[in-house]
Amino acid sequence: MDTILSLEGVGKIFPGAVALSEVSLSIARGETHIILGENGAGKSTLIKLLAGIYQPDSGRIAFNGQPYQPKTPHDAQQSGIRIVHQELNLLPYLSIAENLMLESLPRRAFGIVDRKALNSRAGALLKEVGLDIDPRTRVEALGVAQMQLVEIAKALSYDSKLLVLDEPTATLTPPEIERLFSIIKRLKAKGVTIIYISHRLHEVFEIGDRVTVLRNGGLVATRDLHGLSVPDIVRMMIGRDIADEFGFDARVVPGKVALSVANLKRDASTPEISFAVRHGEILGVAGLVGSGRTEAMRALFGADPKLDGVVEIDGKPVAITAPKDAVRHGLSLLTEDRKGQGLLLDMAVDKNITITDLSKVSRNGLLNRRTEAAAANDLVGQLRVKASSIEQAVRNLSGGNQQKVVLAKWLFRGTSTLILDEPTRGVDIGARREIYQLLWLLAAQQKGIIMVSSDLPELMGMCHRIIVFSKNKIVGEVPRSEFDQERILSLAYQEYVRP
Amino acid sequence: MSETTEAAVAAPVSPGRAKFLRFLVRDAGVLLALVLITLFFSATAPYFATSGNALKIFVQIAINTVLAAGMTFVILTGGIDLSVGSVLALCTVVGATVMINESLSPAVAITLALLACMATGAVCGFLNGWISTRWKIPSFIVTLGMLNMAAGAARVVSDNSTITGLPQSFVDFGNLIIGGFLPSIFLVAVLVIAAGWFVLRFTVFGRMIFAVGTNDEAVRLSGHNPDFYKVAAFTISGLTAGIAAMVYLLRLNIGSPIAGVGYELNAIAAVIIGGTSLSGGKGSIIGTLVGACILQVLSTGLQLLGVGDNFKPIVIGLVIVLAVILDAYRERLLRKIR
Repeated sequence: MDTILSLEGVGKIFPGAVALSEVSLSIARGETHIILGENGAGKSTLIKLLAGIYQPDSGRIAFNGQPYQPKTPHDAQQSGIRIVHQELNLLPYLSIAENLMLESLPRRAFGIVDRKALNSRAGALLKEVGLDIDPRTRVEALGVAQMQLVEIAKALSYDSKLLVLDEPTATLTPPEIERLFSIIKRLKAKGVTIIYISHRLHEVFEIGDRVTVLRNGGLVATRDLHGLSVPDIVRMMIGRDIADEFGFDARVVPGKVALSVANLKRDASTPEISFAVRHGEILGVAGLVGSGRTEAMRALFGADPKLDGVVEIDGKPVAITAPKDAVRHGLSLLTEDRKGQGLLLDMAVDKNITITDLSKVSRNGLLNRRTEAAAANDLVGQLRVKASSIEQAVRNLSGGNQQKVVLAKWLFRGTSTLILDEPTRGVDIGARREIYQLLWLLAAQQKGIIMVSSDLPELMGMCHRIIVFSKNKIVGEVPRSEFDQERILSLAYQEYVRP
Repeated sequence: MSETTEAAVAAPVSPGRAKFLRFLVRDAGVLLALVLITLFFSATAPYFATSGNALKIFVQIAINTVLAAGMTFVILTGGIDLSVGSVLALCTVVGATVMINESLSPAVAITLALLACMATGAVCGFLNGWISTRWKIPSFIVTLGMLNMAAGAARVVSDNSTITGLPQSFVDFGNLIIGGFLPSIFLVAVLVIAAGWFVLRFTVFGRMIFAVGTNDEAVRLSGHNPDFYKVAAFTISGLTAGIAAMVYLLRLNIGSPIAGVGYELNAIAAVIIGGTSLSGGKGSIIGTLVGACILQVLSTGLQLLGVGDNFKPIVIGLVIVLAVILDAYRERLLRKIR
């Protein structure tokens, strides 16, 4: 095997915690190597070592047969390793071309930027990733998927020998993923070595040659993907079997209508929508990213203004003009953007939980810290939030535990209907399963649950019924007995397909 | 980062110890700096370590401490209040005008003046908060406008002149040194700090101030109205500017339309040195008191050392910048502990 990158006994220790220990693996030239692991398994640390953001505390890394010791991300780039991070690092107010060539803008005399050369070179790069857009377009005008491709084009512009993609499909829709995969295959055919990190197990089989699984900072195994199955990999990742991760509970039977929305119209240009969720029902909301799912939920909750529409709770119409009205009527919203809109990141777990109703832990406006701690500890125990104590800042929790804190804050308030927008995004399998179990518990308590998700298998596993959004419209409703991936997908595309 | 600092998932220290370390890094750091600076000047500057000088420092920090107490609320919510200096000027002329009204008995006049000062300040503060939240204008701009408007209003009210002739009992109270060591106006400042500390630490309102400063959108989506707390913080800042105006009258015995020039910057400096983050959500009002002390100890100490008036501001400016740099390191340390 012609090895391009090898790690030997690499370790990284943070104060009080071992992030990586004794990891040895070798990447063959020209292969697409998948790295899998739950949150906290050490994937991010590994990438940051390659990117020159962290330096290893032990072990050796060799790249192209030479010792590889980048001190900064710049060193890593110089060596020919290029990393496309999960968070995109583009400058929104510059053009695509400027973003692509930022580190070496073509110049004419007196340092003036050669726009012609800039745009033509950028155009060539865009072609390579199959993006048919004017390179003079400003990045802010692009969708997430297009930005992702621009990042990849940028990585290619440096004649990279090794391309590291960190969860590139997290925010992409199925056709965009297909496109990305064909680009990855083309790059591979050109001899580029790719390290691909993902959460989505099903997709890695399509592009990967070999897979390395990490668990708790250590190496579990490196295997050929050929001949492995998803359950095999899951077993490697979590060290045990997971029979049915969703755990659909047939004993939970939907009752009376909990929340109904009639003729909700966001603004003059969007169509009216109507739907309802019953007590004890998990209602799935499917659709492409940008199909108006999130926007509809936010308008319903009063988070964004709406033009028209009637919201009824238990058959009674309620006026909702701000989130506080929705909350008062027993609605809860778990937002898509957990960190930006759901949590007080720098505040402690207990303070995040009690924020929804401080009157429960106070008297005459004075906080009772003891009652508060007891209530928070109670929920932290119930939801099995892994934190060193309720005084730990939420920022330092893993994605899954952060999501549990958001759920805990709504349970603390007491809720009749929960709206969950992408509740398991960025959440590892273990915590994901616990969240599913909790949702079944809530459904059994006759709460209404609306679950918005881009993960179709998840919706099909969890829901009694799925409604499908396409271009701001609800285009269909599918009962559980008729669940079919292709049918739901074709509904989701319905309004985007031009005749 | 897909997985929030893997390192921190396993907490490095036990909760009890973390609490103590947190206290040490967050609160005791500034206090330690104050002690060190005080010790340094005591050893080097003549007359510094005398009771007379200590009293003088207590008297001098009173106004700034009161202003900075209200400023802490505003900065905790993520705002800034540039208007407090000229609101103070406006309040001094309003208060003095009420107080010299001879048809009132001194006790009534003084009480009315206090109420007038607080009301004037609170109204200015409320306007700051209401305008900036209602039209979503950065508070920097709104309070810059208020700085000018209040300064102009102070001239109008006073007809561009200083107002003297305050009741003798009021002047006497201002000069009072309780028990020979506690100047009355410093007591006022300490009481304001104590009230602020109590509110921020033990009340629902205080918790909401921190929450709004940490993430106002999350607070809104949790079913609250963050604007209410922002407006309240500005109103408190205006209120403390009114109280500071009374302290000003107690100390200098004149109402002046040109009082308070640059006071807002000293107040902001005290808050920042005290460890409150300019981006909101983090800080303590005790730190603000210590910050105000550090500023004055430095100023007095440098003067006694014979550092000229020209160099003094340079040193103080450096200290402010240093405090913010240290704050960044402190954040990093705190994150490791939590």
